[in-house]
Amino acid sequence: MAVITEETLDTPQALASRQARRLVIQDRIFYYLTLASAVFVVVMLIGVMVSLVVGAWPALAKFGPSFVWTQRWSSVKEIFGALPPIYGTIITSLIAMAIGIPVSFGIAIFLTEICPQSLRRPIGVAIELLAGIPSIIYGLWGFFFLAPFMAQWVQPALGASLGKIPGIGLVFTNSASGLNLFTAGIILAIMVLPFITSITRDVFQTVPVLLRESAYGMGMTTWEVVRHIVIPYTRVGLVGGIMLGLGRALGETMAVTFVIGNSHNISASLLAPATTISATIANEFAEATTGIYTSSLIALGLVLSVITFAVLGLAKWLLIRSDVK
Amino acid sequence: MSISSSRKTTNAVMLGLAVLATVVGLFFLAAILVTLFWQGLSALSPRLLLENTPPPNSDGGGLLNAIFGSVVMTFIAIVVATPVGILAGTYLAEYSRGSRIAEAAKFINDVLLSAPSIIIGLFVYTILVIPFGHFSAWSGAAALGLIALPVINRTTQDMLSLVPSALREAAAALGTPRWKTMTHVVYRAARSGILTGVLLALARITGETAPLLFTALNNQFFSSDLGGPMANLPYVIYQFATSADPNWQKIAWGAALLITLAILALNIIARSLAGKQQS
Amino acid sequence: MDMLNSSPEMRAAAAASNQTGAPMEQPIKVEIKDLHFYYNNGFEALKGINLQLRDKTVTAFIGPSGCGKSTLLRILNRIYDLYPGQRVTGEVLLDGRDILSKSEDLNRLRSRIGMVFQKPTPFPMSIYENIAFGIRLYEKLPKSEIDGRVEAALRKAALWDEVKEKINQSGLGLSGGQQQRLCIARAIAVKPSVLLLDEPASALDPISTAKVEELIEELASDYCIAIVTHNMQQAARASQFTAFMYLGELVEFNRTDNIFTAPANKRTQDYVTGRFG
Repeated sequence: MAVITEETLDTPQALASRQARRLVIQDRIFYYLTLASAVFVVVMLIGVMVSLVVGAWPALAKFGPSFVWTQRWSSVKEIFGALPPIYGTIITSLIAMAIGIPVSFGIAIFLTEICPQSLRRPIGVAIELLAGIPSIIYGLWGFFFLAPFMAQWVQPALGASLGKIPGIGLVFTNSASGLNLFTAGIILAIMVLPFITSITRDVFQTVPVLLRESAYGMGMTTWEVVRHIVIPYTRVGLVGGIMLGLGRALGETMAVTFVIGNSHNISASLLAPATTISATIANEFAEATTGIYTSSLIALGLVLSVITFAVLGLAKWLLIRSDVK
Repeated sequence: MSISSSRKTTNAVMLGLAVLATVVGLFFLAAILVTLFWQGLSALSPRLLLENTPPPNSDGGGLLNAIFGSVVMTFIAIVVATPVGILAGTYLAEYSRGSRIAEAAKFINDVLLSAPSIIIGLFVYTILVIPFGHFSAWSGAAALGLIALPVINRTTQDMLSLVPSALREAAAALGTPRWKTMTHVVYRAARSGILTGVLLALARITGETAPLLFTALNNQFFSSDLGGPMANLPYVIYQFATSADPNWQKIAWGAALLITLAILALNIIARSLAGKQQS
Repeated sequence: MDMLNSSPEMRAAAAASNQTGAPMEQPIKVEIKDLHFYYNNGFEALKGINLQLRDKTVTAFIGPSGCGKSTLLRILNRIYDLYPGQRVTGEVLLDGRDILSKSEDLNRLRSRIGMVFQKPTPFPMSIYENIAFGIRLYEKLPKSEIDGRVEAALRKAALWDEVKEKINQSGLGLSGGQQQRLCIARAIAVKPSVLLLDEPASALDPISTAKVEELIEELASDYCIAIVTHNMQQAARASQFTAFMYLGELVEFNRTDNIFTAPANKRTQDYVTGRFG
């Protein structure tokens, strides 16, 4: 049944063939629309990096690589060094990880091994709600409640106890306000909790039931199963989850801005005010009147994006390797 | 005997710590929410919704201009990000099975998804604010849209991959062109899941502050001019909370409560939709 | 042709019964010539298939799992084209035209060949829309005509009486057997020339299965039907020709009676008597 149609024929055959051709064109249009959209996302990421480099260029050209280790930050003298913000970013994130990882693991273990079935969903949802709370709310809460609490109760205690030990004591020397690295680290820890918990949970659930059952069958206690079976089995995914949390902590802005104290000094003490990259950018962008000032802030943004994209890329790769979405 | 009892003790201690960790997590959640409601409720009044942001050291005032600005910018952001996100997710889930470029694109999307929002703000600043010379609601919407886009892209991919391939084959077997199969059959089948993704993206951008700092900035007054700076709730919180003005601080808490309530509502709706998708 | 008994007596009898429409006299609708199929890992799933499907006839495909019968069916409407990397050589002639050529309009081809799958696949739309969807793809008809076509298709599928009150409700609300009959109605509503049925009753309960089989027997007088089935009784009852496949090869192709009562090949005999499979 060879189909020969002419445009002028109105037989059902001809109509259907014209329709078929139309549909092929429509298919092609739709295909290119979806392709363009997918490409757009990639272009955006490239655009982000390019625009940051372009915007940071004046500052990078002026300061060179010493930008990264210069401590001085003076808008008057137009000398800008990224060391204090970088230091603050890294330290607050480390504190966040030091507190957040064990707590997240604990919650994940609770939810997967101990929690009664009926409570699993509600508690899981509650923890995930922490992720939904925007960071500015954390900032508010930290500023009005956590910081004063730290200043009034925790910091004096720390200063009086650990602060007196020679050597490490410097790390815990008290300062007057609760706006410091430590408080910021605690806030960040609470913020990354839901992310690490949720991935850890997902990853724990990839352990084959048979493997678990045979471990229990050997008489291992719950903790031993977790420690010797579950965690080693899910090692790669766990690290991926941690890195994801780290990526978030590094880039977090508003929560940290409220409680970090905004000082470009580097002090040995965790209880001294400091700054982070994102807090610096957030706080000072509006005041940056000169080109070099703005460019230095963008350069800070460039440093942050390099660090976070590297960490997030690594996290994603690890998670893919452990078969978690 | 002592070995086994020390193992038991270790077990009890570690599990106890796990319970403690959960309690700590839940405690912080409760602390934050309780604080929010306690402080915010006192600010809730019809005035909050009807009046504009007040000048410093005055009485009264509300959030009308900020609410309007947030709603407008969020709306524009979602309206633009949703079709682009769905189409991008469609390409990555349907048209590019196994291709390595597509795997890279998915990877890049996921990195963008978790990227610090302040960097997105800087990006939009350099491409929109500088060339045009001023802050604007359009730039704010663009920044928010760029944050929502990867979320919608990702959830669309996930939801589309849940639709059984037999359904696509059945449509193809009728001679349905690919695009119609997508729009009339597959999208319909994944409908509530995709909608959930949009709602989650919406919840995500509702509280975002950092990107607005460099794009929409803020506006003391009510403005409907999308080409100029526009008030928004997060910025108002930022500005008012860190001031010494108690009236301003009260309004800041009110704004915080409004945002949180909106996000909670969106999350609840999204979850119930996701539940429907499962069945 | 070579597989069929061709003694002079038979040929004479065939010529004589030309008018009665006995299966052997029906014109050939689909001719498959030296068909090979390769999955994208290189695995050869079909190794040189030659057979013919006649109009207004039911041809059954039987064989153990993995023998390639579903694969063969899915080549006839080029559904495999949805999955890049799979390769086909040989010819498949539909009314004399090779549908494997690269220039073939796949959508158009598929609109002329209906397919029903193993599991019911109702679209997420109303029952009416499920059927109207296919019709509207290639025909511009006023609503009244579409209504008529929908009703006709549902009647033919023995579903009309059960759904006429709820025709605007979602197709997903029907039982499994009803959904499958809906899929059959959907396939015949567009008036295809060939109907491909891939184990249409395997996911259904016995009662629904019986209804579907009845339906197939009725449709046989109007369509060229190819049916893949694991159920040999079904094949024996419903078809006029049967093809027995094993490991990608066509072992034997003959009139159904011969396959089941006097198979020429030992393996065929083993399979139909249940010695393996």
